[in-house]
Amino acid sequence: MRVIKLPFKAGAGFKPEHFTAICAGPQPAGFFEVHAENYMGEGGAPHAQLRFLREHYALSIHGVGLNLGSPESLDKEHLAKLKRLCDCYEPESVSEHLAWSSHEGVYFNDLLPLPYTEESLKFVISHIDEAQSVLGRRLLIENPATYLRFAQSTIPEAEFLAALARATGCGLLLDVNNVFVSARNHAASANAYLDSFPLDLAGEIHLAGHFATQDSGGAPLCIDAHGSPVVEDVLALLKCVISRTGPLPTLIEWDNDVPEWPVLRAEVLAAQKILDEAPSVWSASAVA
Amino acid sequence: MHTSWQSEFAHALRSPGAFVPQGVISHNSEQPFRRFAVHRNNVIVGLLGALEARFPATRKIVGPDFFKAAARLFIQAHPPRSPVMMFFGDALPAFLESFEPAKDVPYLADVARLEAARTRSYHAKDARPLTEAQLRETAPAALPELSFTLHPSLEIVESPHPIVTIWMMNSGLLEPAPIAPWRGEDALVLRPKLSVEVRILLPGGKTFLRRLARGQKLQEAADAALADDPGFDLPANLAALFTGLATGMSCEPREERKI
Repeated sequence: MRVIKLPFKAGAGFKPEHFTAICAGPQPAGFFEVHAENYMGEGGAPHAQLRFLREHYALSIHGVGLNLGSPESLDKEHLAKLKRLCDCYEPESVSEHLAWSSHEGVYFNDLLPLPYTEESLKFVISHIDEAQSVLGRRLLIENPATYLRFAQSTIPEAEFLAALARATGCGLLLDVNNVFVSARNHAASANAYLDSFPLDLAGEIHLAGHFATQDSGGAPLCIDAHGSPVVEDVLALLKCVISRTGPLPTLIEWDNDVPEWPVLRAEVLAAQKILDEAPSVWSASAVA
Repeated sequence: MHTSWQSEFAHALRSPGAFVPQGVISHNSEQPFRRFAVHRNNVIVGLLGALEARFPATRKIVGPDFFKAAARLFIQAHPPRSPVMMFFGDALPAFLESFEPAKDVPYLADVARLEAARTRSYHAKDARPLTEAQLRETAPAALPELSFTLHPSLEIVESPHPIVTIWMMNSGLLEPAPIAPWRGEDALVLRPKLSVEVRILLPGGKTFLRRLARGQKLQEAADAALADDPGFDLPANLAALFTGLATGMSCEPREERKI
């Protein structure tokens, strides 16, 4: 069952440096998304800004530190902080990653890959169950951008994500840039990935820019850098997705070398134009 | 539970030498160094960036290259223990204090302390400060017996060096110039509303505020401050309390807090 509370519109990742510009008037963003960890202080400007966004826009809280992809147990204190944040702001959506970021108490400040095996399926399912039960909310889990693979992996990523959703009732966050980046990095087909992805479980789409380079063997290496505009190839994949799903809440992420708000706003408008041109496949039933 | 893949991955990320954990491959290589380096780079660049953003004046004093080298060693010794990155670097001042190559800059650790306090103050709990009108409405005879609640964002950073002046000169708030006389400054860090303020504490102000924070009444705190510093000026310090420092006053005893 699809339960999507975010509007079926394009939105923007919120950057504090844009706050004044965003406050100047109504913005063409259906929603704003923030990184949960940046709002785990107790007060001050970050919360004042988040209250403003909450009051005027739909809100998505996107965590980067829950460590769902680690075999270790979840950090209960961190999960409690996430719950406090969600209970305070009542976001329309809460999402996290199929990745790990902490090991033996050390935080790595990156989204790190895990092998896709029956064993990892078990611990990720148990972590998502625990998080959803503590939060009292359904999570969306995002497909990662990967550069490497584990020799012991036995389950294709899209199948792994579908299995997580089946077992836990979570939804999925389809990062189309990550699909593109990972396909390039593994010499695979992005379209084939999308064909095997359970699109009916996608509650949100992410778009971002990436950095294209080469590995030491001269093969394409795309880095999920979030520091440039969304490329045409990724927009083409977006069109391909929403031709099947209808419009979905679609976020532009721009986290590094952050431009002035009008530049990000133009990216939001470009995504919105694509959503507007898509057939309405799901929206009627989903908002009912 | 079999977790060796994760231990190996984490170990390789933290090791300065370039090696790829066993079983981590790519479509075109059994040892994809460049690809693994993407993660290694994400981690170090992210953490260095967090420290550079939190300690801009400290960085300006020693220069970007020195700061980066020191920060790398700090990250190796004190990696973050929480995904909440805003407080990463709380331990940097103590690290810099015992950092041999920085010993020619004896005030560096205290400037870093001031910058660390500013971030904590920025993220501290909100509270509405008492107003000057509330002071005027209070019967003077009642004042000595009052105890005060101080703002949650209030921190004191003491130093034998003029750290507020140095910090201001390295933050674009004051023209850099020779500092004479070289006198210690105790910094008051405070965020009455949304902006963090840094002020130089009045003589005896440090003791006065610390005693108040411990729950002592105004008279007791003032006596202690005067004993500590003969230059203590009660009316000036009392008036200062009503410029954002105090958020509550009461004739009842109150909970103790250490600042």
